[in-house]
Amino acid sequence: MEEALLKIREVSKHFGGLYAVNEVDLDIEEGGIWGLVGPNGSGKTTLFNTILGLYKPDHGAIYFNGKCISNLAPHDIYGQGVVNAFQLPRLFNQMSVLDNMLVAARGHQGDKCLYSLFWRKSWQAQEEGLIEEALDILKLVDLGKCTFSLAGELSGGQRKLLEVGRGLMAKPRLLLLDEPAAGINPALGKSIFQKLKDFSCNGTTFFIVEHRLEILFEFANWVYVMNRGRMVAQGEPHDVVNSPAFYEAYLGEE
Amino acid sequence: MAPVFMVENVNAGYGDVVIVHGVSVKVDEGEIVAVVGPNGSGKSTLLKSILGFAKLFAGSIFYQGKDITGMASDRAVSMGIGYVPQVNNVFPNLTISENLDMGAYHRKGRASVKAGLKEIFEMFPELEVRENALAGNLSGGERQMLAIARAMMAQPKVLLLDEPLASLSPKPVSVILSKLRKIKEAGTAIIIVEQSVKKALSVSSRGYVLVQGTCAMEGEASSLFAEESSKQRYLGLEAKGY
Repeated sequence: MEEALLKIREVSKHFGGLYAVNEVDLDIEEGGIWGLVGPNGSGKTTLFNTILGLYKPDHGAIYFNGKCISNLAPHDIYGQGVVNAFQLPRLFNQMSVLDNMLVAARGHQGDKCLYSLFWRKSWQAQEEGLIEEALDILKLVDLGKCTFSLAGELSGGQRKLLEVGRGLMAKPRLLLLDEPAAGINPALGKSIFQKLKDFSCNGTTFFIVEHRLEILFEFANWVYVMNRGRMVAQGEPHDVVNSPAFYEAYLGEE
Repeated sequence: MAPVFMVENVNAGYGDVVIVHGVSVKVDEGEIVAVVGPNGSGKSTLLKSILGFAKLFAGSIFYQGKDITGMASDRAVSMGIGYVPQVNNVFPNLTISENLDMGAYHRKGRASVKAGLKEIFEMFPELEVRENALAGNLSGGERQMLAIARAMMAQPKVLLLDEPLASLSPKPVSVILSKLRKIKEAGTAIIIVEQSVKKALSVSSRGYVLVQGTCAMEGEASSLFAEESSKQRYLGLEAKGY
């Protein structure tokens, strides 16, 4: 069997006595859209933050591309190609939409002292290429008309789209998206998922938390269900929808 | 018999954004009804719009047969409408008895407040034993109980509860539910907004299901989720034909 791109083994994260993530196992193979669902407070965002290195797991290990990343700093995990888009966009409000995109690209040559001093042509060519890519992605997320606007002037939905665009700009191997369709009208939400699906054909793997189940289930290859910190169900959308544990997670027990 | 409290065809939201579309809910005297729905379905916005904390774009609110649409929240409370928000629902730097005193703001005379306090402590003996404890030091369940007790100090005829079971572990949940039954038996009607669907329906006679701001289903609490398709409808998955 092919080695999973992301492998989580018995990961727990607690805050005082509260186990936000409790002995979670999970495998994500390369390519496609993978969903993570569960009611409020079930531990989805904590699991995301643990994958991203924002929290260190109290127990267990996380492997990306065969390498343990549990103890790496967030920027090192980003460097490996694990990128995220936050639920509440964290943009540079005083910078243009285009500049926000460019900041997100990985491996800027101009960041290195020697390159910036002696290989001007090289990093300029790279930047020009990045601008082309950024413009393409902005079109893809329906922000083409806002390229030179300040990020702080965007509406709530547009900010969300820019956050997704920035994630794509980093050319991630694994992009974690926290509720990309929240606060966006259903038609646009669906079209974003369609575009993510297209992107996934080019090798990017998406791991998505989404409360708009009807959109996620239409596009996801595989869905994990969390409840009270534990992974309680998983499978193809059709199987999850017919699983009692899925409904118990959302409707609660009597 | 006219319902003690009713909202009719309410459109509500924030700024220019309409979140709740044409929702109607009613509760009879001494009845508990549940308004359930997934995240972002508009449950809390509906409650907030009743008391003016969210914008009411259209629709009417009736209390004891009287149209009270647009009434100031303090007047609504003094008329007999109690409201317990989901968070920030106690004064953390005040003691339990001071919090209860704040709930009795509209009651006239010290004797009346004292009598109210006695009644509340009979219903919530857990609070009496800790009456001098700061509300900020209480557990989640105790805090929620205090918030409900504080609202009861105003002698409401109808109590609006916004997710009183959220983030509570099973034991405090069953304690809160038993308190709600007692409040109902004492004659106060309750509208409970909840995501713990089955728990909320277990104490309710009827339920309303909100999905993306509209009322997708309503009916007897015991039969609301009897069919598999209703569970899919609750999660917005029905149209996909799984």
